[in-house]
Amino acid sequence: MNVELAVSLWRGGANGRYETYRVPQRQSQTVLDVVTFVQRHIDPTLSYRFACRVGVCGSCAMTVNGKPRWTCRTHVAKVAASGKLEIGPLENLPVIKDLTTDMRPFFEKWQQANGVFAPTKTRQDDIAQIRPDTPARMAADAAIECINCGVCYAACDTVRWNSGYLGPAALTRAWTLVNDARDGGNTARLQAIAGSGGCHACHSHQSCQELCPQALNPTAAIAGLKRRTATAYLKGEITA
Amino acid sequence: MNVRLYIWQRATAAIMAPLVLVHIAIIFYAARGGLSATDILARTRGSIAWAAFYGLFVLAVSIHASIGVRNVLSEWSPLSERRTDACAVFIGIVLAGLGLRAVAAVVVP
Repeated sequence: MNVELAVSLWRGGANGRYETYRVPQRQSQTVLDVVTFVQRHIDPTLSYRFACRVGVCGSCAMTVNGKPRWTCRTHVAKVAASGKLEIGPLENLPVIKDLTTDMRPFFEKWQQANGVFAPTKTRQDDIAQIRPDTPARMAADAAIECINCGVCYAACDTVRWNSGYLGPAALTRAWTLVNDARDGGNTARLQAIAGSGGCHACHSHQSCQELCPQALNPTAAIAGLKRRTATAYLKGEITA
Repeated sequence: MNVRLYIWQRATAAIMAPLVLVHIAIIFYAARGGLSATDILARTRGSIAWAAFYGLFVLAVSIHASIGVRNVLSEWSPLSERRTDACAVFIGIVLAGLGLRAVAAVVVP
């Protein structure tokens, strides 16, 4: 094992540059450990974002040796066999400073995709009885584990080429709600994702499902949305 | 691409898939069978079936390709959406015009 890692970190805003630091290599060291070491022992002005450190909150995603990853659950030994690490901010999002990106475009697209639950009952009604073994509920349960980390969005070629594209996370959220029997907003939701930046813009490159830290499959969710919107269009429920 | 263009592109792809296979089989048959141009024209001239087959093929290709080109232009070129649409329509019309002209050349007696 190398005694020290050569760690290149992105410094500055969109026109910044990589600067290299020497960080001691440890057993079971995560990429987030490395970034934290630099901030606490070498340069306290380094900006980065994290919260839970255990893969729940989705705050700490960064570009690690060219691929977006959740840094708190990414072991250095897995991604830096040569002893070199290059860590940058997530792609496809505006850089605020160093390793922090502005996540607003990412979350605004959740709103544009009507990613908000539209209830059909009130608190006075009985709780809906939902069988967990129906195909629709199983599809909803699979996609509901998204932690909003932005890894899929940063990995997506279509987002890179088409800034209006809603992206894998927002569409996966829409797929969850499309399959939720309790939701009443599907016509408006399918209409929202049937336009030029919606699900049909996806090229099915599958970078999202390859890199999703939760092992979700946004490509499959988007394929499902393509079928549902096409059916709704042919039935005259939505317009192009 | 919106849902309407998606459906047109998938539908034309579904039409083209069997037509491409038949077209390739015809090429092999004509080339390996040693048919001359005169032999081929003798079979195609006045044939409503060949006119319908290749006429449908040309129209499906024109629609499918123009939607594909529109996608490429919208993602890779700085053209506005309106100009992208205009380019796609132009390419579709050119493909349909050239293709139907070629079909007419072999089926019109």
